[in-house]
Amino acid sequence: MRKDLGLYIHIPFCIQKCGYCDFLSWKGTEEEREAYVSALIKEIRSYREFAEGYKVSTVFVGGGSPSVLDPAQAERIFDEVRGTFQIEKQPEITIEANPGTITREKLDVWKQCGVNRLSMGLQSTDNDNLKMLGRIHTWEEFLEGLSMAREASFDNISADLISSIPGQTREKWEKELETLAGQKLEHISVYQLILEEGTRFYEEYAGHPELLPDEEESREIYLSTGKILKEYGFEQYEISNYAKPGRESRHNLKYWERADYLGLGLGASSMVRNIRMSNTRDIKKYLERCENPKTMRENVEFLEEARQMEEFMFLGLRKTRGVSRKEFRRNFGQDLDLVYEKALYKGFENGLLKEKKDRIFLSEEGILVSNAVLSEFLFD
Amino acid sequence: MSGIEQSKIRNFCIIAHIDHGKSTLADRIIEKTGLLTDREMQAQVLDNMDLERERGITIKSQAVRIVYKAKDGEEYIFNLIDTPGHVDFNYEVSRSLAACDGAILVVDAAQGIEAQTLANVYLALDHDLDVFPVINKIDLPSADPERVINEIEDVIGIEAQDAPQISAKTGLNIEEVLEQIVTKIPAPGGSRENPLQALIFDSVYDPYKGVIVFCRIKEGTVKKGTKIRMMATGAVEEVVEVGYFGAGQFIPCDELSAGMVGYITASIKNVKDTRVGDTITDDNRPCEKPLPGYKKVNPMVFCGVYPADGAKYQDLRDALEKLQLNDASLFFEPETSIALGFGFRCGFLGLLHLEIIQERLEREYNLDLVTTAPGVVYKVHKTNGEVIELTNPSNLPDPSEIEYMEEPMVKAEIMVTTEFIGPIMDLCQERRGQYQGMEYMETTRALLHYHLPLNEIIYDFFDALKSRSRGYASFDYEMLGYEQSNLVKLDILVNKEEVDALSFIVFADSAYERGRKMCEKLKEEIPRQLFEIPIQAAIGSKIIARETVKAMRKDVLAKCYGGDISRKRKLLEKQKEGKKRMRQIGNVEIPQKAFMSVLKLDDK
Repeated sequence: MRKDLGLYIHIPFCIQKCGYCDFLSWKGTEEEREAYVSALIKEIRSYREFAEGYKVSTVFVGGGSPSVLDPAQAERIFDEVRGTFQIEKQPEITIEANPGTITREKLDVWKQCGVNRLSMGLQSTDNDNLKMLGRIHTWEEFLEGLSMAREASFDNISADLISSIPGQTREKWEKELETLAGQKLEHISVYQLILEEGTRFYEEYAGHPELLPDEEESREIYLSTGKILKEYGFEQYEISNYAKPGRESRHNLKYWERADYLGLGLGASSMVRNIRMSNTRDIKKYLERCENPKTMRENVEFLEEARQMEEFMFLGLRKTRGVSRKEFRRNFGQDLDLVYEKALYKGFENGLLKEKKDRIFLSEEGILVSNAVLSEFLFD
Repeated sequence: MSGIEQSKIRNFCIIAHIDHGKSTLADRIIEKTGLLTDREMQAQVLDNMDLERERGITIKSQAVRIVYKAKDGEEYIFNLIDTPGHVDFNYEVSRSLAACDGAILVVDAAQGIEAQTLANVYLALDHDLDVFPVINKIDLPSADPERVINEIEDVIGIEAQDAPQISAKTGLNIEEVLEQIVTKIPAPGGSRENPLQALIFDSVYDPYKGVIVFCRIKEGTVKKGTKIRMMATGAVEEVVEVGYFGAGQFIPCDELSAGMVGYITASIKNVKDTRVGDTITDDNRPCEKPLPGYKKVNPMVFCGVYPADGAKYQDLRDALEKLQLNDASLFFEPETSIALGFGFRCGFLGLLHLEIIQERLEREYNLDLVTTAPGVVYKVHKTNGEVIELTNPSNLPDPSEIEYMEEPMVKAEIMVTTEFIGPIMDLCQERRGQYQGMEYMETTRALLHYHLPLNEIIYDFFDALKSRSRGYASFDYEMLGYEQSNLVKLDILVNKEEVDALSFIVFADSAYERGRKMCEKLKEEIPRQLFEIPIQAAIGSKIIARETVKAMRKDVLAKCYGGDISRKRKLLEKQKEGKKRMRQIGNVEIPQKAFMSVLKLDDK
């Protein structure tokens, strides 16, 4: 029996770096992109033997902006994936698209390649905000891209928003969110702004918290998000993710459920058979060693059982349905309530955790202070 | 050793205000007498411990014997006895002085006389030492030797016209100092025929030899096999070895006789048996009475010392025991705190002593410590007539059982340039000082006399003094005794639970202010938690101050991009790690450093 596998493919190119972004991405020249695609293809090919043990159920092409690739490049990548891995009959194949770089031609090629889910990096419905964030597109361009995608018969589309951005109030946010939720979408992700060191936003705002919504406002923003999206038929299934019934991202669920996934491309992370590792973040090294991924891996770590348990908890609890006691017992042969007696007691006592039969999950209050709750599940 | 004539021995010490160059002069004297090779001639020969060198102060007094060929053609034996410079170690200074016949007074050619200069000179004169002055640092551009000479003569009243004007740093005119040691310091008295009478001025513990006693022989002789008796402690031992002090090493010899300075080992296991200041005599032929001046030194400042990691309790005990082998004035006994677990109540001679011990525990024994606010020893007079010496505020009896309380007072002398007299008097006033008088040293400087509660000076008095005088004030004090005072115990409640480790005794009129500052400080130190935390200061059941740490309402909802879990894990680990350094009080986590931050309440 082949084991289930997810594939993550990283495309590190963007037209322009956004002010808040600390992902591994840059503009890149045409030559660089071409060299990268060739290297990526070699890397994929090198997994032929490995691929024999697996059947791929999800593919996620992320970035950067994978949509900056020209259609032929995208096609070559997908061909290589199909040539190397066995893909199940009804896979989820997602590509991230920047509304500013979507064309009908690209959409058609992606569709032909089997892509059946689009993740559109929108971030805001307000053009002033988009400018401030450093996005290259407008709200109108997003709408245009969306309708093109529908015409190209994409029926599973997600959009990303960033909340708690400078100057945001609950009222302004609700307006933005309703504007988006009113469009026909299957999935919405809402990420709260994090000031990451090394970004322009960090320079501008880390020393000026007064320019950002305060804690109470952020709370309101978060709470109203769930409420509004629910009204529009989106059910929250993870801390930052909301979906119409049956439209949860199967690929992202793999991360929370600790299923195996293989990362391909620069800096991509993998977890296979309880080994976590990532590819080098050094593009030169990557181009040189792409044919032999073993030589460019970093942070290789085999997860001992204790670490597996920790992950089971702090990843599983990100899902609104939480974790299953039975599954814990099946995986580790131990009783969840005994292993985490203290953390659970504290969580229940403070109303941050809840339980329903077999499952344990974060309460609404618990989600709001999830780091504090989740860190309790790390062993001393 | 029998070849040494008593008339060719000079036993002396060097006294100075801190930083006036005592240790550097000692180095030069040792260097010029040529007993050390260059290799041995490290920067400061007498200061052995790393910590001493770093802090630039001498902690434990030590001694060295050197040979000097004087201009009269004779060879002299110099015993240079180093004394600690800080007021915490006043008793040790006094015993070191008692072992000498004379003292070199080092005065900085630019700064002139300071408070410690005076205190040390008076101490030396009290011990009937012949004191001659040396003007140091004359190579400094700001040096004004004429003024300093006049100051010495006017203020101290000792002859200073022919004082050597030297630079210990460059070695200038050191010979003059050596010659004056010969001519101005008297040879020791005493007779080798009399019954043994020797003064203990220090002791160290050696794992092989046991306790090594440093002593000055006043009368008689001592050698291997002599059955000696410590007159105060009553311990009797047979001498295993006697000797003198080379540079950084012990050199055995046949006997020590009247006038000599050296060491004795006698397989003594405990430094407590060999108290500084005690008199050693021959058990078979004892002297009539001990040398005067012995007193048992009592710790003045107490605080709780706890291992940050509860599992290190035994390590802390071992470390304290080892330190105590060399430092009989260090006191400790086990105590338990609800907040901090198992630890020790430790007693110190003063705040510097406390800091030094704390640093040595952390550095030499690699311990992470949590210490509680230092306090003094209060005398609690109970209504039933009982008197308790209170070292831990938690042990204060119920107010209904207390008739009155007393607190220790010090007699302080502060030397200050006249422009800062106002601010310094204000400071003393704030610290409940009782003005005793003022003398002008010269037109620009004055000596202020105050009685102050010890309690008020153990925290940051010295820092405040320096900052309010732009560094120009100097300060010295000695214990005065106990005085009745209106004192109360201030308790701190975190989330309605009393935190025993934060309780302290305070003057009633200052309680409100102190309580308020404590609450403010703790509010800064205690991170927000998932619920609101009231912080209260209380006297008995009466709340006198309150602050609130607001509940954490939302934290950052980090995303996990592209399955990169390690970042998320690191974030959670950091959060977890932060908690480890905290103490659980009820369901509130208090960072360890909060317990110590209350020491710094007066920081502006």
